[in-house]
Amino acid sequence: MSATVKKAGFGATLWEYLTTVDHKKIGILYLVAGMFFFILGGLEAMLIRIQLIKPDNDFISAQFYNEVLTMHGTTMIFLAAMPLIFALMNAVVPLQIGARDVAFPFVNSLGFWLFFFGGVMLNVSWFVTGAPDAGWTAYAPLSIFSEGHGVDFYAIGLQISGFGTLMGGINFIVTIVNMRAPGMTYMRMPLFTWTAFIASVLILFAFPALTVGLFLLTFDRLFGANFFDPSMGGNVIIWEHLFWIFGHPEVYILILPAFGVFSEVVPTFAKKRLFGYSSMVFATVLIAFLGFMVWAHHMFTVGLGPIANSIFAVATMAIAVPTGIKIFNWLFTLWGGSIRLTSPMVFALGFIPTFTIGGMTGVMLGSAAADFQYHDSYFVVAHFHYVIVGGVVLGLFAGIIYWWPKMFGTMLNEKLNHWFFWLFFIGFHLTFFVQHFLGLMGMPRRYWIFLEDQGLDFFNLISTIGAFFMAAGTILFLYNVVVTQAKGVKVSGDPWDARTLEWAIPSPPPFYNFKQEPLVRGLDPLWIEKTEGDGKIKPAEPLGDIHMPNNSFVPFMMSLGLFIAGFGVMFQGSYWILAVIGFAITAGSMLYRSFKDDLGYHVHKEDLEDEKGDGSNG
Amino acid sequence: MADDMLKSTNLPQNPERATLEGRNKFMGFWFFLGGETVLFASLFGTYLALKNSTVDGPAANEIFGLELVFLMTIILLTSSLTSVYAMYHMKNNDPKKMQLWLGITVALGLAFLGLEIYEFYHYVHGYHFGYTTSAFSSAFYTLVGFHGAHVAFGLGWIISLMVRNAKRGINLYNAPKFYIASLYWHFIDVVWVFIFTVVYLMGKVG
Amino acid sequence: MADNTNSTNEKQQFYRKKHKEEMKHHVLTFAMMIAFTLIAFGLVIAGVSPMFTIPVILILAAVQVLFQLYYFMHMNQEGHEMPALMIYSGIFAAILTVLALSTIVWW
Repeated sequence: MSATVKKAGFGATLWEYLTTVDHKKIGILYLVAGMFFFILGGLEAMLIRIQLIKPDNDFISAQFYNEVLTMHGTTMIFLAAMPLIFALMNAVVPLQIGARDVAFPFVNSLGFWLFFFGGVMLNVSWFVTGAPDAGWTAYAPLSIFSEGHGVDFYAIGLQISGFGTLMGGINFIVTIVNMRAPGMTYMRMPLFTWTAFIASVLILFAFPALTVGLFLLTFDRLFGANFFDPSMGGNVIIWEHLFWIFGHPEVYILILPAFGVFSEVVPTFAKKRLFGYSSMVFATVLIAFLGFMVWAHHMFTVGLGPIANSIFAVATMAIAVPTGIKIFNWLFTLWGGSIRLTSPMVFALGFIPTFTIGGMTGVMLGSAAADFQYHDSYFVVAHFHYVIVGGVVLGLFAGIIYWWPKMFGTMLNEKLNHWFFWLFFIGFHLTFFVQHFLGLMGMPRRYWIFLEDQGLDFFNLISTIGAFFMAAGTILFLYNVVVTQAKGVKVSGDPWDARTLEWAIPSPPPFYNFKQEPLVRGLDPLWIEKTEGDGKIKPAEPLGDIHMPNNSFVPFMMSLGLFIAGFGVMFQGSYWILAVIGFAITAGSMLYRSFKDDLGYHVHKEDLEDEKGDGSNG
Repeated sequence: MADDMLKSTNLPQNPERATLEGRNKFMGFWFFLGGETVLFASLFGTYLALKNSTVDGPAANEIFGLELVFLMTIILLTSSLTSVYAMYHMKNNDPKKMQLWLGITVALGLAFLGLEIYEFYHYVHGYHFGYTTSAFSSAFYTLVGFHGAHVAFGLGWIISLMVRNAKRGINLYNAPKFYIASLYWHFIDVVWVFIFTVVYLMGKVG
Repeated sequence: MADNTNSTNEKQQFYRKKHKEEMKHHVLTFAMMIAFTLIAFGLVIAGVSPMFTIPVILILAAVQVLFQLYYFMHMNQEGHEMPALMIYSGIFAAILTVLALSTIVWW
């Protein structure tokens, strides 16, 4: 590991990525894996839409439709949206707070590999006995009595990737609490860092409920426990509660970082500081707090009783208040700004109305009495796609395009980005706007076919056409990525004329991020230096040795062990040997880790002085 | 600097929080315990929802024997105190005494685990109260078993720390590790306090 | 360095004294925890009315846990603001979970 940029062969690069503990490289790993699963989930979505292009279609079988539908939801939430959010958090948060890495670089790598192997495990199911088919919510008792091993793959695969997510969450909380640069007080943190912080806190308190739920499901299916088997005294509502105690905070885990992205993009391209910064922070915290008290609005029709339903309905509608604060703050930031319509900004402008529609249907669904009508219809499908695609996915793409120069040192083609936006955005509204009406007409979600002459044919056709637009947009984006990286034209450290700390260092940043710890003098530190100083961040310490963590292959092995063990637990019998081998690999890796001191290494002052640049973090 | 990490002299007052790595571990572990709280709450909630679902199997007040539970409780509470003693000696930079008290903690932990295994064995063979007997039995074994698994993991953790550092003193590198292991051990005790109250005592009361 | 040794020694002495003081508190805490446990088991064995016993043993458990957190786990010392915040957030989520699962499970 030398301080200078090196050209490495394929093998060396691969090994570097398998063992890396550098948050920037782990961010790239998350990005690549997340995009892979996003495309996979997108293909599954296309299969669903093609099947529903006309009444009584027989493009795919009913069983396969159930599998595709389940895997589309599971993949998109756990294997695409989550890792893409972690990709942005890894790439950006340490840079925004002026840290040299995350708090636990080793655990960061472990978190990625656990997620990755969990995702691979889920998708291995396609080739072994069939994929999970009980819906992404895996409601009991359907999930208990589902045949084959599909749901076992669901339970164990999500368990493994859930551990990874939990670790990632803790890692970012500690990073933000302990590793902010001098002067970076909590109320000077960029909004993306704030939302990453709050989302990580939500991960910490929401994922354990899923962990327990998945364990109970696993024990029921594989070891004869009776949690969800009513004939043995079990209660299926327990699963619903545990799933949604996790599941509702989960949607805030997804949307809050997207809010954070827009809160970075809008001020940058309106050339104004964010309107109402402190109310934005307050709204974020309030959403998180309320987000824990609304889960039962997914269960209005279960029959929890009018009192419980009313409490959860009121709490649900209350969330519209902080969300509204955010929407207005973005609008007021735009007001009077000198707006540049770059592609991230266009995504932000597309997001605001789209998400507002999703929010309004959310309030509609939140009124318990009306929900009995909407429940399990395409109205719900339309609602959550408006908030998740219209909110999270637009946010992720805005973030990926916005921080692409910081991650890779190149600039995606703006023209193609705009084309991508319009294809995707128009396609999205074509696909999902009509689904509101399909739902209100009574088309239930998750059905394999619909009958003709019920007034559903035309809207379903439009919906499918829209899906093809979205697919075309995504392909265009991938083409853009390939072309941009092939050309490899380098850009400066601050190509957007932006405001926050990450743009004060070169693109991509050196592996130690900041040569000297930066001194932060206020909100939007780089902008302060641009307007009041010489445009360069002042160092907070003299040039000195930098302590860096060692690379390690252990996280990969730990995750691989659990992956192997999962198959043993699932197939049992003579396959128990796999569980023994797998757990032995994991336990052995953990012992190896604790018995070998890992003190890291130092980059010496003399080597840093040789580095290019004027030593000013610029 | 790397050498300083492994030096055992002139330790500051809180060696576990003297370095950034130490502070990170300290914070991260506390946050993890916050998450564990929700994990056990989910298990407790499940248990409370299913505690009367005995179907044809035995009910709580038919099988629980308070003498054994009392003994287990006292053993685990005592082990919590002994791990405090270990941390006391760690802060005084006295590795031998720390190891000794950690050894006592481990011994008590093993005794607890042994009694728990005996208890489960007794239920299964004496009362035909197996894991699959009823929803209640599944919930009981899962909740108490999760706690037992935490005890077992904690024992493995403390033992490997003791072995790894048997021949060297306390330094800024290993002090945070000992400290968070002891936090973990206290947390196990915290959970047990609720288990003996909610599961055993309330199960006996009815 | 040589000049520092004396003051360092004094500091060490001071710390040791302080640790000893803390240790006394810990032993006292332990005695109270044992007492609480005895009371809790005693109430149940004596067969006092459940209406009285259940709230009392739950409160005893809660107090005992606070002892663990604040004394044994040192949450009463400085530098524990964030841990306290996260533990209490965890307790908040935990209470909601237990409350929901023990009341609204549609029996």
